[in-house]
Parts: sequence; C-alpha cells; structure tokens
Amino acid sequence: MKQLMIAIKATLLLTVLTGLLYPLAVTGLAQILFPHQANGSLKVVNGKTVGSELIGQSFTKTEYFHGRPSAAGNGYDGLNSGGSNYGPTNQKLSDRVSDDVKKFRAENPTYTGPVPADLLTASGSGLDPHISPASADVQVARVAAARGVPADTVRQLVLAHTEGRQYGLFGEPRVNVLELNVALDQAAPVRK
Amino acid sequence: MTTNGLFQIGLYLAVLLLLVKPLGAYMARVFQSERTFLHPVLRPIENLIYRICGIEEAAEQSWKRYAGGALVFSAVGMLLTYLLMRVQQWLPWNPQGLGNVAADLSWNTAASFTTNTNWQSYTPETTMSYLTEMAALATHNFFSAAMGMAVAIAVVRGFSRHSSKTLGNFWVDFTRSIVYILLPLSIVVALLLCSQGVIQNLHPYTKAATLEGAVQTLPQGPAASQEVIKLLGTNGGGFLNANSAHPYENPTPFTNFIQMLLIFVIPAGLTYTFGKMVKDTRQGWALLAAMTVLFLAGVFVVYSAEQGGNPILAKRGLQTQATATQPGGNMEGKEVRFGIANTALFTVITTDASCGAINNAHDSLTPLGGLVPLVNIELGEVVFGGVGSGLYGILLFAILAVFIAGLMVGRTPEYLGKKIEQKEVKMVMLSVLVMAFSILGFAAAGINLSTVGNSLTNHGPHGLSEVLYAYTSAVGNNGSAFAGLNANTMYLNVTLGLAMLFGRFLMLIPLLAAAGSLAAKKQVPVSAGTFPTHGPLFVALLVGVVVIVGALTFFPALSLGPVVEHFLMQQGRLWS
Amino acid sequence: MPVATVTPVNTDDTSLISKRAARARPLFDPPIVKRAIGDSFVKLNPRAMMKNPVMFVVEVGAVMTTILAARDLASGAALGGFTFQITLWLWFTVLFANFAEAMAEGRGKAQADTLRKTKTETTARKLINGKTETVAATMLRAGDVVLVEAGETIPGDGDVIEGIASVDESAITGESAPVIRESGGDRSAVTGGTKVLSDWIKVKITSNPGETFLDRMIALVEGAERQKTPNEIALNIMIAGLTLVFLLAVVTLQPFAAFSVHSSGSGTAPSVTVLISLLVCLIPTTIGGLLSAIGIAGMDRVMQHNVLAMSGKAVEAAGDVNTLLLDKTGTITLGNRQAVEFIPLNGVTEAEVADAAQLSSLADETPEGRSIVVLAKQRYNIRGREVAEHEAHFIPFTAQTRMSGVDIDGRQVRKGATDSVMEFVAEHGGAPCGELTEITDRISRSGGTPLVVADGGRALGVVHLKDVVKGGMRERFEQLRAMGIRTVMITGDNPLTASAIAAEAGVDDFLAQATPRDKMDLIKKEQAGGRLVAMTGDGTNDAPALAQADVGLAMNTGTMAAKEAGNMVDLDSNPTKLIEIVAIGKQLLMTRGALFTFSIANDVAKYFAILPAMFMVTYPEMGKLNIMGLHTPQSAVLAAVIFNALIIMALIPLALRGVKYRPMSAASLLRRNLLIYGVGGVIAPFPGIWLIDRLLGLLRLA
Repeated sequence: MKQLMIAIKATLLLTVLTGLLYPLAVTGLAQILFPHQANGSLKVVNGKTVGSELIGQSFTKTEYFHGRPSAAGNGYDGLNSGGSNYGPTNQKLSDRVSDDVKKFRAENPTYTGPVPADLLTASGSGLDPHISPASADVQVARVAAARGVPADTVRQLVLAHTEGRQYGLFGEPRVNVLELNVALDQAAPVRK
Repeated sequence: MTTNGLFQIGLYLAVLLLLVKPLGAYMARVFQSERTFLHPVLRPIENLIYRICGIEEAAEQSWKRYAGGALVFSAVGMLLTYLLMRVQQWLPWNPQGLGNVAADLSWNTAASFTTNTNWQSYTPETTMSYLTEMAALATHNFFSAAMGMAVAIAVVRGFSRHSSKTLGNFWVDFTRSIVYILLPLSIVVALLLCSQGVIQNLHPYTKAATLEGAVQTLPQGPAASQEVIKLLGTNGGGFLNANSAHPYENPTPFTNFIQMLLIFVIPAGLTYTFGKMVKDTRQGWALLAAMTVLFLAGVFVVYSAEQGGNPILAKRGLQTQATATQPGGNMEGKEVRFGIANTALFTVITTDASCGAINNAHDSLTPLGGLVPLVNIELGEVVFGGVGSGLYGILLFAILAVFIAGLMVGRTPEYLGKKIEQKEVKMVMLSVLVMAFSILGFAAAGINLSTVGNSLTNHGPHGLSEVLYAYTSAVGNNGSAFAGLNANTMYLNVTLGLAMLFGRFLMLIPLLAAAGSLAAKKQVPVSAGTFPTHGPLFVALLVGVVVIVGALTFFPALSLGPVVEHFLMQQGRLWS
Repeated sequence: MPVATVTPVNTDDTSLISKRAARARPLFDPPIVKRAIGDSFVKLNPRAMMKNPVMFVVEVGAVMTTILAARDLASGAALGGFTFQITLWLWFTVLFANFAEAMAEGRGKAQADTLRKTKTETTARKLINGKTETVAATMLRAGDVVLVEAGETIPGDGDVIEGIASVDESAITGESAPVIRESGGDRSAVTGGTKVLSDWIKVKITSNPGETFLDRMIALVEGAERQKTPNEIALNIMIAGLTLVFLLAVVTLQPFAAFSVHSSGSGTAPSVTVLISLLVCLIPTTIGGLLSAIGIAGMDRVMQHNVLAMSGKAVEAAGDVNTLLLDKTGTITLGNRQAVEFIPLNGVTEAEVADAAQLSSLADETPEGRSIVVLAKQRYNIRGREVAEHEAHFIPFTAQTRMSGVDIDGRQVRKGATDSVMEFVAEHGGAPCGELTEITDRISRSGGTPLVVADGGRALGVVHLKDVVKGGMRERFEQLRAMGIRTVMITGDNPLTASAIAAEAGVDDFLAQATPRDKMDLIKKEQAGGRLVAMTGDGTNDAPALAQADVGLAMNTGTMAAKEAGNMVDLDSNPTKLIEIVAIGKQLLMTRGALFTFSIANDVAKYFAILPAMFMVTYPEMGKLNIMGLHTPQSAVLAAVIFNALIIMALIPLALRGVKYRPMSAASLLRRNLLIYGVGGVIAPFPGIWLIDRLLGLLRLA
C-alpha cells in the first residue's frame, strides 16, 4: 500500500519532470540556439517555403533530377513516412523495379549500364532527400537536354552539390536532390 | 564490404569501448551512494523527489518488495499513459487537433512503452498529440529505462552482497537512474542532435509548396528531446513513423553515429559498473568481451548479406556492386546518407540492444540480413542489450554457462563466489522458458489466422518472418518490426501487448528472485579449483551457451522463415 | 594328469563389501546384465518413468507412435514401415535408458545379496541377570548385552563392555588380518556380522534391528534410499526445462509448417511420427537416460574404494571440499618417531653416545626404543648385547620419571626427556651444560624430539627422534593444491614441531597442540568463510567435529560414536583415502556435466538431419541444409532416431565408470572437457548419422 502511494506520487512528479519540464526546457534552448534546425531546416526560395533541406520531395518532370521511389503515401508524403516494407522475395518489389527500370531506360536512353542501386529502390523513410553521386550522374544527360543546356553545366552543378562523407568520416557521399534542383532552377531555368 | 564501411564500424567500436570505463565508473558511484561531480546540482533534486514521494533513502528492500515496487510503478504509469491517450483530444499541445486514440491501440501502446518495447502499431504523425508524445510516451522512455537499470543493479547486488536479505531500494535506484544518468545526458545530447537538424518545437505542421507545384506537409514537434532518450534508454519508439530513418529524427551520418553510441553506451558501461560493484572489473570486461564477439559476428553477417544485395533485383538491371559513387547492395528500405555499412551496423545494434529504433526498413533486409536481428532478439538481447535488461540478461546466461562449467570441472558451480544451486537454475530456466513460450506460442497461435494473414505485406517464408518478428520483438521488448505487418488490428494489438508484458515482467521477476537467493548466500572464496570467469575460455563458453540456447530453441521456426527464404531468393523464387 | 577344474572358492564370499570382489567384477558382469535386461522392462511402468521427465516424454511419444503404427497395420500397411521402425527405436531408447539405470543398480544389488546372506540365521547369547539365553539376532534391541566367544559371529553392532578378543572383520573390510577389540578406549566398537576368533567379549548392543550398520550398508549398496543430490536436482531442473523448450519448439513447428505448406502450395505438414522423432532427438535423452545411472555408479565407485558413504550428498560435497583437515599421526606421518641421529657433547664420541643409547634401549619395546637399537646397529655396527651375561637391571619408562634405562656393570645409563635426565645427572653429581640445551633446542625447532643420554653424572649426548613423513605425501598435497584444496595438519605437538613437519610434508597450514575443541573451532571458522571442510577421525572425541564437517570420514577401527557422526566410513581405516573420495566426488559431477554438454551439442547435427527431411517437398531448397547428404527423408529421420538411441547404449560404460579425472586446474580441466564433450558432441553425430543412413539404405529399411 505504501509502495502504491509512492508509485502514484512518483509517476506524477516524474511525469512533470521528464514529460514537461525537460522537453519544454530543451525546446526553449533549441529555439534560442538553433532556430533554423529546430524548426525543420525549411528551404525558403524567394520568400516561399518550398520544402525542407532534409526532406525529399517528389520529382517526376524530366528537367529535374529525380529522387528515389518513395513509399510514403503517394510519394514523399510528409505525414506518412515509411518504406515499402517489401521483402526481398516479394513479387511486387520485383515488378516495381522492373517497371522503374523500363521507365528509366526510356527517359535516359543514353545510359545503358546497370542502374545505381539506390536510384530505383525505395528508402526506409520514404523521404530520403539524397541520391548517390552515380544516380545523379546517370540523369545529367536527360536533365541537360530537357533544359537545353550543355551537360557539363549540369555536371558542374551536380559536383557542387555532391557532399562527401561528413567530417570526412561518417556516412556515404550523396547529392541532395531538392538543393540541386533549386540550384538548377536558378542557374539554368527552364524556358517556358 | 568496403574499406570505408569497415573503418566506420571499427571507429564506432573504438569510441564505444573508450566510453565504457568512465561512464561505468560514474554509474557505479551513483548506485553505491558515492559523490559524483554532478552532486552539487543534482543532489537537491534527488532529495526533493524523495521528500515529495515519501521515499526513505536508507530503507532496504527484500527482492519481493523490490519487484513489488517495479510492478506497482509500472501499473500506475501504464494506466496514466492509457488515460492520456484516451483523452488527448481535449488536452493542450495538440495543434493538429488529433482525436482520441482507440482503446485497443491505447492498450497496446501503453503496454509497449511501459515495457521498454516501444512497438508502434500507429503512425505517430497522424495519431499522437505533442502532449501525448511528451508526457505519456517520452516519460516512459525514462521510466522503463530507469527500471531496467534499477533491476540490473539489484541483480548485481545479488552477487556483490553476501548473507544479505535485501537488494537495495527500488525507488532510490530508480530515481538515481533518472536524475544522475538519463536526464543530464539527455539534455546535452538533445541539443547536439538539434544542431544537426533534429526538430524541436511546438508548432503546427508546415505546408510547403514543392518545386513541382504540389503541397507537402512537413511534420513538426518536440522530437529531439524524445529522440535522445529513445536511444539512450534503448526504447526505440520514434517521434515520427519512419523512426531513425526519418531525416527529421536522424538527419546526418553524424547523428546516426551519435544515435548508435547512445543505444550501446549505458549497456556497455553497465558491464564496468558490474565489475566495480563485484570488486573485480575483469568480470565486467569478460562480459563485455563476449558481447563484443557476438556483436561483431552479427554486424559482419548483416553487412555482407546486405552488401551482397538481392540477386532478383540485380537481374532486373540494378547495380549491386559498390562503387566509389554509389553504395550497391540491397538499398531497398535504406537511406543514401547512411549507406550499407551504417545501416547494417544500426540494424545489429538496435536488435542486440532492446532498442528497436530503426534507420532502415527491416522488412526489406535480405533474408540473412533479417535473420540476424531476429536471432539477436531471440538470444535474449544480451549483446550489450537493453539498458539494464542487457546486463541482467547476460548474467542469466552467465549463470547457465557457469553451471555447465562447474559440472565439467567437478564442483558445485559458483559464479562470483556464489553457489549456483536449484533455486537459481530454476529461475533462470523459467526465464528461458517464458521467452521461448511467449515468442513461439503467440506466433504459432497467430500464424494461420486470417486476421493475421490479412495484415501481411509479404507472403511465403517472409510472411512467416513478419509474424515471428512481431512476437519476437514484443517479447524481447525490442519494438522494431518487419513493418509490412499491419499490426493495428484488435487481435494483434491485444496479443502483442500481452507478449510485451510477459516478456518484461515474467523475465524480471524470476531474475530478482534469483538475485534475492544469491544475496542471501555466503561468499565462497576463490581457489585453484574454482573455474575463473574472466578468461577467454569463459568468454568462449558464454558465447557458446548464448548461441546454442537461442539457436536450438528457434532454429525450426527460423528455418521456415529467413533461412529457407535465403535459398529461395538465390533461386529467384517470388511470392505475391 | 587330468586336472579337475575346481571353481576357486571365493574367499571373499562372506565379505560384505570386498574390495577385490568389487574390483574384479567386470563392468558387464553376465548375471548383472541378465537381471538388468529384465529390470529394463519392469521400469517401463509409467509411474516409475514419471520421475525422469525426459524419458517419460520419450515413453509417451513411443506410446503415441505405437498407436499410429497399429493403425497403419490395421489399414493394411506392411510391417516394417517407417512408423513401425520409428516406434521400435523409440521403445529401444526408453529401454536403453532403463538398462543403464538397472545396470548401475544391479551392481549394488549383487553386493546387497551377498550381504544379506551373512545377516540371516545368526543367534545371540543374550545376558539376562548373569545368565545367557539364546535368542535370534533379529530379536536384539539396543541396550541388550550379549556374550560372544571364539568362533561365534557377533550378532549386532555394539560396544565391548568387558573382555578382549581378536575379531575377524574381513566380512566388512575385506581385510583378513584379525583386529583386537577390547573394552574402553577407541577400539571398543564391534560390528554385527564379524567373527570372534579368540577369547570372549561382552557386547552392549547399540542399534535396533533394521538400523544396524549392516542394514544401512545393504540399503546403501542397493540404492534403495538413494536421494537425489543437490546438483543432480539442479541439473534435472535444467534438463526438464530444456525438454519443455524443445517440446514447445516442436509443437509450434506444426502451425509454422502448415503455413509454409499453404503458401508454397506443395507438400504436407510433417506427420506426428516425424514430429515425435524430432522431439525425442532434441530433448536431452543422453543425459536424461544416464543421469540416475551416473549417480548410482558414483556411489558404487566409492564402495569399490571400500568406503561407505551414507549419502550421495556426502560424495558430492567431497568434490566441493576446500579444506582438508588431516591428523598428523598415522595420516601424514608413519605415526612412530624414529631415531635418526646421535649427537655427542663435547669430548664424547658419537659411538659412545650410540652405545649408551642402545644399552638403555635394549629392553625398550616401544617403536622409538627399537629404532634406537636399529640405528646404532646400522651406523656403528653395535650389536645388541647378550644382556643376560651381565648383571643388568632395566629401569622402565614411567610417566613420573619420564626416562628409562639400565643399571649394568655398575653403570647407570639413562635416556629420556631433557629435564628429567638432567635432574638425574645433577643427583649424581653432574653439572648442567649449556651445550646440551643448545642441541635439544635445535632438535625441537626442527620438529624432532630430543632424548638426552646420560651415564650416571655425565651427560653424553642426545638422540634425535624424528617423525617420519609417509612417502609420496608431498606430491599428493601438491595435487590437492592444484585442485584448489588447502590441507591443514592437525597435531597435538607443539607449534615448533608442528611447523617443521608441516614444512616437510608440504601441507598448507597446521593446527598445533590441537584439542578437540580447537578442531571444532577451526571447522566452524572455515565454514563461516564459505569453505567446505573434510576431515577424518576415529576417536569418540572426534565425533562432534566429524558431524560438523561437511565430509566426515570415520575410520572403521574407530568408535561407534565416530562412525555414527561421520557421513562416510572407511572400511580400510586409511585416512589418506579422503583424497580419493574428493576425486570421486569431482568425477561424479564431471560425468554429469560432460554427458549433458554432449547431449545438447548433439542436437545441432540432428537438426541438420531432420529439418530438411521434413520439408523436402514443401521447400525443395531446404535440401541445401542436408549437408550430410542423407538419401531419403525417411532414412534421415530414422537415422537420427537410431543414433539417438544407440548413443545412450554406447555411453553406458562412460556413465558407469565416470569421466577420467586428472588433478589439474579448473581452467585446463574445463578446456579439455569442453573440447571432448562439447566440440566432440557437435561433430560426432554427423558421421554417426551418415553411417546409419547408409546402412539403412543398404538394408533397404528406408
């Protein structure tokens, strides 16, 4: 009985401590110290929020670099993060990749090698903002053609937006698709 | 496997091992009532908690009262969480106006967070208000972790004390875990994560107009504060659905590195704390060595399986060889920023520990890549393991190993000077049985039900793996999932909830009982006839016992899941 | 010349536990085997089987497959089908385990039968009011007094209250030389069933019928009252737990298989017969089947060393002993001090001392005295003189004078304790001498006993008497040390003497000037520190300590009180045997551990045999796990079951004999055993099952 009283008091007290005081304190500090990051690293172009630097978005037009397939909702749905959850022997996975490969070949006829592993596989979050440098590279010809600019211009932009390993140690080299496409729109706008 | 990948794995291990001693020594001081450098700040808070709650700091408890404290506290906390979810609609900090949570889902979630499982049958972004996340869920991340540590320390006292009727005071150990260990670390690391891009606010969700003219809703909320304790307490319940694969939870490779460290740092440190408390740090290092061996074995299986990729997709035209500019391997379900190595590493870490946070979709791992997390949990999550539960879990296996070793050298088995007799063997076997019974029993009962069958995303052997993984994760209090299984059904919510409670409390009580019996024993002095439990031989034996017990129990079920799927994948067989 | 083949009369026929007979009895003695085979079937009684959860599960499985086989037969299947063969081997598995137990028990039973023969038909002459009355031995009660004369068998256990007799105790000890039993002192105990050879004694009976030493021995060797030892119970719990785990693994395999069959659309879920086969192969039948045999055989081994252990617990405790208390006299040393040196004083020759010492000892029949005579003869070739030629008057040793000697030809030669002899010297006009004190002190310090020799008023020198340590003791103590056992020497000597002998014998510690109380305190102190203590003893004043010690080995020559207090009795009365008992205790545990490990390790191979066979049709890809290349699913399952049954049979000798114990450190012992029984246990079944599979193929059985 005595333990029950302690349990009730401790639950309430510690809930206030760890469930309110702690997160609110961290929120306050974060808002002061890192307001940009704490609020979602939003990408603002010309005063308009076009997305987040950290969150991928859907690109289907030929003049944009495409990200990876997304299983989040109907693709890059910010409220439905998640992967396809297809197992390796799932017919649907095989079919999806087959279809995507066909589509990729049709859109990028000049590239005939194997498709980089990441480009046609869905990420775990469905919001992966990155593709590998190779995945960007294989799309350069298409994007350049669609925008009517030399492939080298586009390639330069890709290089400029290729991140190496973080601090030279962590993770893998990658290209942020949204950042690249924003830069692309600025450097070589699509003639309408 | 790439050189850089191996380097990153090595770097992780090196940093982890460097942290073991300082943190372990600090924790030993905390639990042995010695002063630490944080006392000037934290001691008043600790005292205040005792005063308000009516906790007598010096009062010692028998194992029964200790276990009673843990149970009563869990029950009260679980009830509060359930209630908060049921009425969140009418409470503040709900900018999205999310409705009340359904009864079966609330039960499942309350059981899940109370038991340190953090299995999530729901999509947080569209289900839980900020208040629920902070005050009903994140709190349990502290509580369940602190409880794990408290119980582990009580079990250690079973070995370090002799001729004693008591194991310490649950409330004191519990409070200290939070005040001195979990909370200070959380505050510091939350801000570090924030600086890398983890969100921390109370704003409503942001609407963005995408470059292609669509509208994308970006989730917001107090994620960083929950993220830290999610990992540090080996809880694993994500603020966002994709968990640590989500860029708002785990934005950079560096945060990924920090997250992996957070998962293992306390379990690893506790081995040193253990060594300190039993006054022979070699004993702690031996446990750590056994854990490290099992950990590395798992990492290399997953890494090589995932880097090997899926031959079915290779045939469709995907590159599976790694090159300097693309990762190769099986990238389905993985993030580009982490690549294969960091994904494999995270997968093994989160299932070695009872964490269950994921930085990739486990369901999409290759069969062998998925086998390892399953096995890791089925081994009892004793490879570093959960906060506290890892230590008491490995001690359970140490007791088994010592029992066998003792017989083989012709002596009544003893571990750390304590004779291992009927009572201990009984309690340890009870735990092993509970684990096997809950996992296999629930999975076998559900596997052929249509309500379960309808929840499957994958079929054939992988479907079996999904169900097996769900109950394995629940019983192991892991919380990671082969998430293709839609678990938000009445049947699964209820049975998984039960599995979690069994896995937590039916393990914890026998172990405390064993600790109580051990504490009461005399200490047998060490002699040449005593089998030393700190050498490589013991480490090898311990590893062997862990693997054999786990493998023999689960091999039949696993053979019809991931094992046969591996062969089928090689043959290119598909299931629709 | 034709030689009549005469079966040699077994002289030990009357011996209750004959060392030679027991040792000579081969492991598979035909009569014992014959009886064991019969008992194997008797033991099938489910009520008896239930005590052994593992084998009970096998029996239940066998019953189930029997029903299935019968159903198959009824529906017209051929005899010798798969289910029939599995059924047969499952029954064999149970029978083999029963056989192992029956074999172990059989050895004891055979001895018990011999014992019973001596027990029957003994009559006693009970003394009532000074008159004797002949009654059956079984009628005697504690407190009765009986008269036993030469040629009669002592009718019951008791203490001699009057008289002295030589008794033939070979019936119990196997030792044919008679022993003296007399009233009072430490040699008063007699045991029922032994025989008085000469003279007569009056014996006060101390035990009621059915509770005598003999009865207890019979019960013990028969294993009738065998209680499971603590470690055995713990292991049993573990085995039962694992059996449940495997039961669960196999039972749940059925729904998993059904799911797999459903999703692959081919094959059928495994039959009950196959599931039972898998279960029987997985549960630890090897150790489960041999566990009680190991325990019984361990007790039997103790008997073969001519030691009666009152419980298995005591034998097990012996394996755990940390501290061994050994009496110095008779255990560590030969028990008699012997002269090793003659040390002359200044101006005296050594030969002179030797001569005087010998003279003074000529009539001294104590071992010390005799050793002086012998040493003088060896060193200086001084012959024992024909004292009759001289006018010799011998002065015997008394507790008051504490010296002995001879008055011969006017000389007064004396030898004895320093102060007594010096007093004698002073009385005869001699003077004390510093040199002498120096010598005697030196001898005392080295653990010896100085005897001063004097001739009238003239001190001549000193005889150095020394306790002689038995050969090989140092090595034994070293072995014990390697096993982690500390030896403590108990002696009534002064600390100086004790420490010298302790150093010479190589014991770890000693307790000098020990009273029974000191001994008791030492035991309690050791036990308080968590150590297990073993000791030997024979006197009545040893009884409390024997009872207090974890292992108390009483000597059969000792008093009844000592024998009652200890938990073991050594029939040979050889205290060093404690060391062997420690080894047997360890061996007992090791055998269990080794077979348990072997049993579990075996499972790995069995999985590889049975699982692919089970799902060959559902998932042909599972064939990759069939690494042994077993040729059909049926033969794979059958081979695993047969291997599982045969391995029990194959390991019976090991279970009965025990795993070899070598004194070495725990770590190296474990490494060795893990390698043999752990790694070996993983590997061994692979070729075994493969071979059986081939044979089954050749014989077209599957």
